[in-house]
Amino acid sequence: MKKFASILALAVIFAAQAASAQTLKTVKDRGSLNCGSNGTLAGFGLPDAQGNWTGLDVDLCRAIAAAIFDDPAKVKFVALTAKDRFTALQSGEVDLLARNTTWTSSRDTSLGLNFTGVNYYDGQGFIVRKALKVNSALELNGASVCVQQGTTTELNLADYFRANKMQVKTVTFATSSESVKAYDAGRCDAYTTDASGLYGERLRLANAADHIILPEIISKEPLGPAVRHGDDQWFDIVKWVHFAMIDAEELNITSKNISEMLKSDNPEIKRMVGTEGNFGEQLGLSKDWVVRIVKHVGNYGEVFERNVGQGSLLKIDRGLNRLWNKGGIQYAPPVR
Amino acid sequence: MSTDLSAGSAPARVAFYNDPRIRSIGYQIALCAVIVVLVYGAVTNAIEHLQRAHIASGFGFWNNNAGFDIGQTLIEYSSQSSTYGRAFWVGLLNTLLVAGIGIVFATVLGFVIGISRLSKNWLLSKTAGGYVETIRNIPLLLQLLFWYNAVLKALPDMRDSIAVPGGAFLNNRGLFLPLPIFKTGFGAVEIALVVGVIGFIVFAIWARKRQEQTGRQAPVVSVSLALVIALPLAVLALERFPLGFEFPQAGRFNITGGIEVLPEFAALLFGLSIYTAAFIAEVVRAGILAVSSGQVEAAYSLGLRPRPTLRLIVVPQAMRVIIPPLTSQYLNLTKNSTLAVAIGYPDLVQVFTGTVLNQTGQAVEVVAITMLVYLTISLVTSLLMNIYNSRIALVER
Repeated sequence: MKKFASILALAVIFAAQAASAQTLKTVKDRGSLNCGSNGTLAGFGLPDAQGNWTGLDVDLCRAIAAAIFDDPAKVKFVALTAKDRFTALQSGEVDLLARNTTWTSSRDTSLGLNFTGVNYYDGQGFIVRKALKVNSALELNGASVCVQQGTTTELNLADYFRANKMQVKTVTFATSSESVKAYDAGRCDAYTTDASGLYGERLRLANAADHIILPEIISKEPLGPAVRHGDDQWFDIVKWVHFAMIDAEELNITSKNISEMLKSDNPEIKRMVGTEGNFGEQLGLSKDWVVRIVKHVGNYGEVFERNVGQGSLLKIDRGLNRLWNKGGIQYAPPVR
Repeated sequence: MSTDLSAGSAPARVAFYNDPRIRSIGYQIALCAVIVVLVYGAVTNAIEHLQRAHIASGFGFWNNNAGFDIGQTLIEYSSQSSTYGRAFWVGLLNTLLVAGIGIVFATVLGFVIGISRLSKNWLLSKTAGGYVETIRNIPLLLQLLFWYNAVLKALPDMRDSIAVPGGAFLNNRGLFLPLPIFKTGFGAVEIALVVGVIGFIVFAIWARKRQEQTGRQAPVVSVSLALVIALPLAVLALERFPLGFEFPQAGRFNITGGIEVLPEFAALLFGLSIYTAAFIAEVVRAGILAVSSGQVEAAYSLGLRPRPTLRLIVVPQAMRVIIPPLTSQYLNLTKNSTLAVAIGYPDLVQVFTGTVLNQTGQAVEVVAITMLVYLTISLVTSLLMNIYNSRIALVER
C-alpha cells in the first residue's frame, strides 16, 4: 500500500499532463474511459467472478462511455481503496473518480478536484450484533468500532462520540473488507460506514441475520463523482450525464420506451433526445447523447433500482434519493 | 647534457584534460551538476504542477487538528485537541515500540535456534533446521495474516474472556494486564535500584581489574543479583510495599483499565520476531562455524572447560562475523514493520501515510517525511551497530 502511494506521489511529481484540459480528447484517442471505482462494495462498484462490473457508480461511468462512444463497454475500471483514490485521480491514472466519495469542502478545495454532483445522498450508520441488545448508537459508550481508513467515516466517528461524551476504541483498517472481516471475527462491537455500505457489507457477514443496523444516521454523506481541476469541458460532461439521467427519469424516458420517445412531440422530450436543438454538441458530445445513455444504461431510477433498490439484493429504500417531485431531493437542471 | 637531465627529472608534460587527477575531479563535478539539475527539476516541476492543479502543498497541515482516533497511543492523544504532528509522533512511537521489542525477541530466539542447529543432539538440530527452512521461505505478509487470524480466531469473545491468575484477562480484543500504581514511598525503592545498578557496575569493573592482575575470579553473578534485585526488594519490604495495582474490569462492551496489549500488536510482534529469528539463526550459525576448530582445540589443550571455551574463545571471535549481517537483519525488521498496515496496527505508515495522507491529501509531503523517518531510523541503528562492531573488531598490533 505504501509502495503504491509512493509511486503515485512520484507520478504526481513528474506527471506533465496532470492538469491538462484535454480529458475528452485523451479519452477519445485512447478509445476507452478510465474510471476509478470501488472494487469491493456491492451496489456501488463490484466485479463478479467473470469480471463484469456492476453498481450505481459503475453505471455512471458506463453512461459516460455510452455518451462518448455509443458503447457502454468501453470503460476500464480501476479498483481503488479509500486511501489511494484521490492520488489516482490527481496523477491522471483515472479520468474520473466514481467511488462512493463524500463531497466535503476540504476535498473540493485542497485536493485539486471538483465534485460534479451527488448521485447518492447517504449518511453514516452503525451495524452491531443482535446479541449485544443495543438499540441505539447512543448506547455504544466504551465500545470498539471497526472503521475504514481515509474516509470521512473515520472523522465522523470521532466527532459523534466526542459530541455525545462517550468513549470509543477505534480499530482502523486500510480496506473495508479487512474492517468487515475483523468485525465478523468479533474484534469490534460495531462496524461503521455509510448506511448504503452497511446494507452491502451485511451480505458478506457469516450470518447476516445476527446483525442489525442501528437507526441513527450520524452524518450527511453526499456521494458523488469527482474530476480533476482545470478541465471545464470534462467537468461539464460528467455533471450533465448525471443530470440527464435524472431528467430522463423525470420525463419518464426509459431504456424500454426510448425508441418511441424519439417520435414524441413533447418539446422537453424532443430537446432531451436530440430531435430538437444541439445540446449534446454544445457539450462536445453528439446530438443523441441522452438516447445513447438511456438506451444502453437507463435513467437514474432504473439504475438505482437495478443496483441498490428493489431489483437488487440490497433492497434499499429510495428515501432521499427519490426525485424532487416524489418526496426526495434528487433534482437536475433542465436540458435546454 | 644538463638539459637532458632536467627534461628527464621533470614530469612529462601532458594536456591538462589528460591529467587523471583533473579528469576525476571534472567527472565528479559533472555528476554532481546532473544530480542537482535532476533534483531541482523534480522539485520545481512538482511545485508548479501542484499549484496548477490547485492541490494544497507545504507543511502547514502539521499543526492542524487531526480529528481522528488512534487505537494505541503511547503519548497523550485525543481526536479533539491533537494535531496531525501529534498523530505522527504517536505512529512513530508505535513503530519504534514494535521494532524495539521485536529486535530483542528476534535476537534471543535467533541465537537459541542458531546454536541449537549446531547441537550434537539430532532431534534438536533437525528441529531448528526445520524451523529455519520453513519460516524463512514463507512470505512475511502471509505469516502476519496467519498470526493475526490465528490470534483472533483462537481466542474467545470478550464475554468468555480467559481469566489469567493474577488479575489478567485474555480475549480476542487483546491481553489485559494489571497496571502497577506507585504510591508515596516508592521513590526509596527507585533510589535503591539506582544504587544497586551503580554498585554492580563498580563491582564488575573492580572484579575485572583484579582478575587481570591476580587471576582470581570474583562471584560476579551472585553479587549482581544481590545488588540489583535483592536490595530494591528489601527496601520495598521495609517501606511496607508502597505499590498498588489497577486491575482490568469487564465493562458493558470492553475490558477497561489496566494495560492493554492489542491483538494487532501481538500478531505483528510474533510475526516479525519469528520471521527475523530464522535469518538471525543462520547468521549466528555461520558466525560460529567461521571460528576455526583449531581455536577450540587449543582452548581445550590449555585446560579450559567447554563453557569458558564458548564464552571466552568462540563467541568473541564469532561476534566479529555475526555483527554486520545482524545489523541488516535489524534494519529489515524495522522496515518490515510497515506491513502493520495489513493487519490494522497503528504504526507510522498506517497512521501517517494512511490516514493523515488521506485526510490532508498532501501525498508528496507525507510520503517524503515518512521516507526520511525510515532512513533516519535505519541510519541510527546502523551507526550504533557499527560503533559496537568497531569495539569488538580484531585489534591488530
